Amino acid sequence: MDRLLAFFRRSSGNSASVAKERLRIIVSQERTARGGPDYLPVLRSELLEVIRKYVNVDPEAVHINLQREDGHDVLELSVSLPGGARS
Amino acid sequence: MTEIIVVTSGKGGVGKTTTSASVACGLARRGKKVAVIDFDIGLRNLDLVMGCERRVVYDFVNVIQGDCTLKQALIKDKRIESLYILAASQTRDKEALTSEGVHRVLKELEADGFDYIICDSPAGIEKGAHLAMYFADRAIVVVNPEVSSVRDSDRILGLLASKTLRAEQGNGGVKEHLLLTRYSPRRVAAGEMMSVADVKEILGIDVLGVIPESPDVLSASNAGTPVILNQESIVAKAYEDAVSRLLGEEIPLRYIEEPKKSFFARVFGG
Repeated sequence: MDRLLAFFRRSSGNSASVAKERLRIIVSQERTARGGPDYLPVLRSELLEVIRKYVNVDPEAVHINLQREDGHDVLELSVSLPGGARS
Repeated sequence: MTEIIVVTSGKGGVGKTTTSASVACGLARRGKKVAVIDFDIGLRNLDLVMGCERRVVYDFVNVIQGDCTLKQALIKDKRIESLYILAASQTRDKEALTSEGVHRVLKELEADGFDYIICDSPAGIEKGAHLAMYFADRAIVVVNPEVSSVRDSDRILGLLASKTLRAEQGNGGVKEHLLLTRYSPRRVAAGEMMSVADVKEILGIDVLGVIPESPDVLSASNAGTPVILNQESIVAKAYEDAVSRLLGEEIPLRYIEEPKKSFFARVFGG
């Protein structure tokens, strides 16, 4: 059944929306890194290392977002934990 | 007042030279005095697209190094009165292009009363691309509705906002325009290609024009006639529209929707 659904989904072929979504994510990530301080990519990978000591998360699960709000910068960090992480 | 416009993209093969040639022709045909400069040092190509490859005697680097005067190196277009081409050098020495040299040539063109200087940037983000954009007032960012082109052009937008004279001086920065090329309304309708709206939303800049995918572009470069001069082609009309918008006119986008098929065509295929 799943395969059948996947078949129809593929034949309706909305690869453009996949492209748009992927670009939206990568472009916003690269803009954050660009506008912000040079240490952001290193900070991201070091944070990932620390988190991985406790939970086995995917590299893509760590999102760092730097936002400029009148006069000060806000560094937002979010980590999506895998399903069984609590146990 | 001379306006310097860089045609750039990051990724290669998206239509920078085609666009430089057509925009330069379009502006010149409206009576503006235009110089179009090939910044792709080592890989000269604008001369072929403009159809003046056999008339190149001196090039951009010759002028910078003082081997000739700017007047000697400027090639006057045979079709349009007020259009001039400055060819790229074929030297392999990338260092031949210097910031001071480029600045001096641009200043001299300004003193000669040119209205527009179109800088045809090489692909990539190396020295040639950097110098093509550094002195620009405006930028035409040429993008194909395709993932790598969109991502690369966002890199270019980042450089325009930081590594240009206008950005450094903090006086408003370089005005950025999006030009979408190789657009296929049919594939957009089928969900196979990102739409103008999608690309505009991702990059967040104004749309200067949408150029439809067409075999006319290859025929034009085969012949050495900028595609904007092929008056039957919708590509020419789309470029004319883009030139009008560059000059401040507000006109709606054309050729972004699939032509409606007739009832019979729909029933019987076609």
